[in-house]
Amino acid sequence: MIKRMNRPAWFIVPYWSLFLVFIILPVIAAVFLSFTYFNAIETPEIIGINNYVELITIDTVFMQYVLSNTLRFALIVGPFGYIMAFLLAWMLAQIPKIPRTILAIILYSPSLTLGVAMAAMWRIIFSGDANGYLNAILLSNNIILEPIQFLSSPQYLMTIMIIVSLWSSMGVGFLAMLAGVLNIDQTLYEAAYVDGIKNRTQEILYITLPSMKPQLLFGAVMAVVTTFQAGMIGVQLAGSNPTPQYAGQLIVNHIEDFGFIRYMMGYAAAISVVLLLIVYALSKITFRVLGDKS
Amino acid sequence: MKKRRSNFQGMKINPSRFHRSQLIFYILLVPFSILMLLPIVFIFNHAFKPIGELFAYPPRFFVRQPTFDNFIELGRITSSSGVPFSRYILNSLFVTLLGVGAAILITSLSAYGLSKLKFKGKKFLFEVNTIALMFVPIAVQIPRYLIIAQSGLIDSYLGHILPVIVLPVAMFLLKQFIDQTPNELIESAKIDGASEMEIFFKIIFPIILPAIATVGILSFQVLWNDVTTSILYINDESKRTLAFFMMSLTSLQGNTVAGQGMAAAASLIMFIPNLTLFIFLQSRVMNTMAHSGIK
Repeated sequence: MIKRMNRPAWFIVPYWSLFLVFIILPVIAAVFLSFTYFNAIETPEIIGINNYVELITIDTVFMQYVLSNTLRFALIVGPFGYIMAFLLAWMLAQIPKIPRTILAIILYSPSLTLGVAMAAMWRIIFSGDANGYLNAILLSNNIILEPIQFLSSPQYLMTIMIIVSLWSSMGVGFLAMLAGVLNIDQTLYEAAYVDGIKNRTQEILYITLPSMKPQLLFGAVMAVVTTFQAGMIGVQLAGSNPTPQYAGQLIVNHIEDFGFIRYMMGYAAAISVVLLLIVYALSKITFRVLGDKS
Repeated sequence: MKKRRSNFQGMKINPSRFHRSQLIFYILLVPFSILMLLPIVFIFNHAFKPIGELFAYPPRFFVRQPTFDNFIELGRITSSSGVPFSRYILNSLFVTLLGVGAAILITSLSAYGLSKLKFKGKKFLFEVNTIALMFVPIAVQIPRYLIIAQSGLIDSYLGHILPVIVLPVAMFLLKQFIDQTPNELIESAKIDGASEMEIFFKIIFPIILPAIATVGILSFQVLWNDVTTSILYINDESKRTLAFFMMSLTSLQGNTVAGQGMAAAASLIMFIPNLTLFIFLQSRVMNTMAHSGIK
């Protein structure tokens, strides 16, 4: 049978049928549902753009906390994680292979913990009683007098979310950038110095970055996507949705809150569409910014 | 030539040996890496602490008298609905192995098709896939749930697998990798009368093994770590996976001191397979990543 399999369909159909069912259809369904009232039991009832109007005008939690939290989280974790990934990759490329591999594995390994595996551990470290590790250290050094409720107090939760997300952000994009720096033709640098480049900064600007632009773009998309995908971290750390005083509430939590807790699925779908648009717009902006450099 | 090289003070990529000028990078990289490593060292230590050390005040970072108590305890407890720990592990292994195999197969078939076959619309499909790199699955959980409920995948092992094995990133990397393989190999096999499918399995597949390893790692991570499938698509407790058990353990017992040791042990069980796989395959992954750029 294998001897007669020549048609492209044999190759294309398996992946693309799943792609259609689990990626394209959900996006279309989200767009459709966003124009309906749907409580998961009765058939969806079309209500036009009411959900969007409500999202902007009535949902004070969304406008006051969720949107600003999400933008703050994304604009810190995304760019910082990205720049950190580049700088680490750039430095790693300039040391010999064995130490480079060891350090790269160490830096990459936190990204393997994304999701539940490490939430338990962070909760132990940031535990609110005197037995929490951070509290114990701070107490024994007399930096604080009473244990701090790190995960249930709004002022710390967001900071901890950002630190944890940055910690685990050296993922696939970081590896791509490392490979990108390593693959730049060494003679380009030598030629550039003959042509009058004087220092490391110029070298990065005129040789390194332009030569690895494809990897930079790939890394940027990965940074945007993993940043938004990491949105569950607040709920995992605080242990509740909504998070205390909405301090760690991001768009993905808001979707879950309305979709699976309140069963307002049409409304939740409208938030999903907004989220997809934000991710798409941020990726496009990043593309434009990076594209201008060459 | 030799003289100019020795005067060259700029970037030296992938140096073969240590040089004084690299010292600055070590000074920056090593402490930073240690800092990044601390949480992982912590979890290793915490998992092996006996109950006395878990209770100790002030708490200690390093374990003094390591024991396997936490792991034994973990093996002994059952979830509230009576499903033993070993069942979750078996479920996870089954789902992950089957899923990784399926992900590798469908992804590599499609990547080969888009890279080497000639048919209408393949450019378009690749563009769609590139846009899908920006896809955030968590955003469309609700319609996904509705689709899975409609298709009867609720409480089926396939519900763990099918929704998560479509990985646009993996397809993208693999297609870019296959683009680099020479067409002459394929042409000469065709002259010998081989079909496209034979060419794919006998000639292309062995060449693209590094990229296949990368797809394997990426799909392993999503399958092994995924909790949403267990929460949303599976109601039968005996079909849920280790990641889900981990999460319920964290929320039920993570705050009690005795539960902490078990939670750490379970975290370690989740983490070790990921890490081991990456350490073994890292050179292949790096090889794949060299072709990762978006052009």
